[in-house]
Amino acid sequence: MNTLQKTKLRGTGVNLVLIVLLFAAVLLLSQTLSDNVYRRVLVPIIWQMCIFILLGTSLNLTLGYLGQLTLGHMGFAGIGAYTAALTSLALERAGLFEASEAAPGQLILVILGCCLLGAIFAALLGLLVGIPALRLRGDYLAIVTLGFGLIVENVIANLPFAGGEGLSRGTASSSLYANGLGLSTALQAKYVWLVLLITVLCIAIMCMLINSKYGRAIKAIRDDEIAAAASGVNTTYYKILTFVVSAFFAGLAGGLYATCFSSLTTASFTFTSSSIWNSTFIVVIVVLGGMGSMTGSVLAAVAMYLLNYEIKNGGWVNALPGFIQSLFQFPMLIYALVLLVIIIFRPRGILGTYEFSLDRLLFGKDRPGRKARKGGAGK
Amino acid sequence: MTEFLQQLIIGLRLGSVYALVALGYTMVYGIIRLINFAHGDFIMVGGYTLYFTIPILLHQIGLPAWVGVLAAIVICALVGVAVELVAYRPVRKKGTSMSALITAIAMSLLLENLAQAIPAMGPNPRVISEEIFSTAPISIGGVSTNLASIMTILIAAVVMAALQLFVQKTKLGRAMRAVSENKEASTLVGINVNRTIVTTFAIGSGLAAVAALMYCAQYHTVTTTMGSMLGLKAFVAAVLGGIGLIPGAMLGGIVVGIIEALVTAYISSSLANAVVFLVLIVVLLVKPAGILGKNVGEKV
Repeated sequence: MNTLQKTKLRGTGVNLVLIVLLFAAVLLLSQTLSDNVYRRVLVPIIWQMCIFILLGTSLNLTLGYLGQLTLGHMGFAGIGAYTAALTSLALERAGLFEASEAAPGQLILVILGCCLLGAIFAALLGLLVGIPALRLRGDYLAIVTLGFGLIVENVIANLPFAGGEGLSRGTASSSLYANGLGLSTALQAKYVWLVLLITVLCIAIMCMLINSKYGRAIKAIRDDEIAAAASGVNTTYYKILTFVVSAFFAGLAGGLYATCFSSLTTASFTFTSSSIWNSTFIVVIVVLGGMGSMTGSVLAAVAMYLLNYEIKNGGWVNALPGFIQSLFQFPMLIYALVLLVIIIFRPRGILGTYEFSLDRLLFGKDRPGRKARKGGAGK
Repeated sequence: MTEFLQQLIIGLRLGSVYALVALGYTMVYGIIRLINFAHGDFIMVGGYTLYFTIPILLHQIGLPAWVGVLAAIVICALVGVAVELVAYRPVRKKGTSMSALITAIAMSLLLENLAQAIPAMGPNPRVISEEIFSTAPISIGGVSTNLASIMTILIAAVVMAALQLFVQKTKLGRAMRAVSENKEASTLVGINVNRTIVTTFAIGSGLAAVAALMYCAQYHTVTTTMGSMLGLKAFVAAVLGGIGLIPGAMLGGIVVGIIEALVTAYISSSLANAVVFLVLIVVLLVKPAGILGKNVGEKV
């Protein structure tokens, strides 16, 4: 075994330890916090945060690493969510959950299957949109993807079995599916490990992609497309591949969205809306964290989600003067300001392209092959 | 046939509004290669200015309601210039084209949400109860329309003709065309590039105010998000005609308006937006430079 392999192995080990620690922390919290706080507050936060992390990191692939602005990211998530929800609904109608409560193993399979199906469907659409759209440069791509997001929203809302009379009929309180997806808070608490595991795995896959030949190719395209093409990088292929991979993970995140919310509305998957479920918010996350930094996206997703949570629910808000409170009624105003300030003063985001690595922190910088590591760090 | 003509008139009316908004996009894009996402929100600013000024004009001063457009033009031009000076210029100096685009998106969000947060403008739609142009139906050869529609089409035609004259014949117009052709070279021949850009923003935003007048004349309602979809479709119009070209924006606007009217009438009103964006995707695939544009190879 040579040194390179050794450092690689050590990097993997360190990251595994980190992941185990993460799970231990959640387990510890579940034991120490009162059931009410844990189940009603922390668990939904973890679920939603994980979805935002996935959305942020997957958008970072196109926005940060490939350097192409896409504004329809939530469109892919929407496809994933609706595919997953419809699949689950179909299974329910087929009588899969006849036995009063689905067996745990069965439910896990249903969640995984539905999410995966959503992701694959989103990836296929990504391919379909990507092939024409990526022939275009920067600005046009932004508009086409924005248009795509609107088309998705429009079409889903018009589908008789999905929008309108279908899945958006239920309100947040009335559950869309009796069994299957749309987990109750008790089930969410039970399967919180699942969403964490999926998130960690996805981040690991994305980081491995970034550090591979593929990642170097797309970074080369970002820095200078013509030079990359001249060096023999098949730019169209890599651009479309990135688009598809990004759509895949967005679709997966959408599937998880359908898993944790019991009703869907197309308003959650638009370009901009009054809540934080919109494409622009994901752009804010990526730009804030750093275009080209997975760590940045993860941290920014966590930070922005918590900020939003505090603005909505924090007790300190009541102590503020009235006009600021009324501003907080429109959180996107604050995020637009954040975006503006960041882009003017730090165009590449707070972390830039910096990546956190526990391995490097522990064992120093100058080891050979130190670049060939990184897993689910930064959580 | 009458039905078809009827829809054509509606399309022409819609298209005139799109064309005016598209002109703003196209002028700014032509000169600094930036899609000014906030342009749609300038329409909203114009709409609210009309909402506030029209009652004063009518009841206290006694002038016709459409005079309010002058105030709207001034306010919109000021907002446009402010946006350029505060946000776009600093980013343009040091950022990439992508960060400029993100700035534009942020600016658009900011304007929209700011309007929502200001209680006088508020999140709820505001109704302009006064008539700007009469919306009483007029029948011409079996096709029913109204004064507001006719005025919309007429004003748009006049404004576009005036703009074309301005850009082709005046010194400032020539400077604009020069800057959009080549910034460095126009600096060399003594054109103040920054001032030209600011002027372009002022004119483009002013056109948005005129579009706001037409919108309000027809619908009588202003909302904080009225500009976003309108702006996007106008952008599609600009791309369709050939972005950066003034005649292209007019042509594209009319085409998009007619497509939308026909889809609404004969297919489904809720799918009209999707069809418009589909048109954009098809155009970009078949002829990315737009109907009137020429394909230009990229310089290395």
